[in-house]
Amino acid sequence: MSAPEKSPEKSPEKLRERPFEAPWEAQVFALTVKLNEKGVFSWSDWTKTLGAELHEAPERPYYESWLAALEKITQANAVVSAPERLARIDAWDRAAKSTPHGQPILLENGARTDGPSYDFSPV
Amino acid sequence: MPHDDHDHPHNSELSPIELRVRALESILVEKGYVDPAAVDAIIQTYETEIGPHRGARVVAKAWTDPAFADWLKRDASAAIASLGYTGRQGEHMVALFNTPYLHNMVVCTLCSCYPWPVLGLPPVWYKSPPYRARAVKEPRTVLAEFGVTLPEGKEVRVWDSTAEMRYLVIPERPAGTGGWSEEQLAAIVTRDSMIGTGVAGAPT
Repeated sequence: MSAPEKSPEKSPEKLRERPFEAPWEAQVFALTVKLNEKGVFSWSDWTKTLGAELHEAPERPYYESWLAALEKITQANAVVSAPERLARIDAWDRAAKSTPHGQPILLENGARTDGPSYDFSPV
Repeated sequence: MPHDDHDHPHNSELSPIELRVRALESILVEKGYVDPAAVDAIIQTYETEIGPHRGARVVAKAWTDPAFADWLKRDASAAIASLGYTGRQGEHMVALFNTPYLHNMVVCTLCSCYPWPVLGLPPVWYKSPPYRARAVKEPRTVLAEFGVTLPEGKEVRVWDSTAEMRYLVIPERPAGTGGWSEEQLAAIVTRDSMIGTGVAGAPT
């Protein structure tokens, strides 16, 4: 066997592949790591929750199960309630749809104008 | 009928998944559970710094430094931490040494537990239901699909990772690499060889 000329530090592409296929996958991964570091849930509770989601829908893309697990565990730990989450999904949807393409989507632009307004101020 | 802005072609649209992620993140940030800069830092770390080149360094050191290899066998967490690679979830690391009589292979049947500090995040196949189900039931068949054929008499041991226990396979050092430097050796340690679905020195 002949010795390779480059060290792995010099040719990282050989050993690494992109860990995330889309930015949102990276976001949910990092949120989970931070919440665990904050002590919101133990890593073993996390793997149980994720394992249950993977088991329930084996054909679902991996990070979609990860997201579903994160929604469940934050709800179970009373960090984010379901109504709160659903209202916020609506708000982001309205914000996106009222934002011209190419401009940053801001949550303020998703405030309701046709009904009771949702309070976005920090708790 | 009023004009429906929702169908306006020049406005933005977020996919249902992106909406859910943004919703969760914005609430967590508002409530002070996460700091957006810290979230970005984690992503940056896993995308650029942490990867199998770290595990390759551990393996190459184990091949060239018997005292380090011995330390790895006794207390892999500490030996690996001495190189600056520490876990975030307080997990224990175990180093599994392959020998001419034993081949080790790692899986997580529950989800995708993986030794992040030394290998980065797992490849897609490691997280897939078929690998998780079949690695335990028919390891030799799975290995063959990875192009690894082991001699008849060689034992295959499959290790199921958990939240608390993460495994790093120390592959056998290929013949003909006597006198190589640690750096040269690290370059032939593939990621798959450290999961046990490959052998060192073989292309992945």
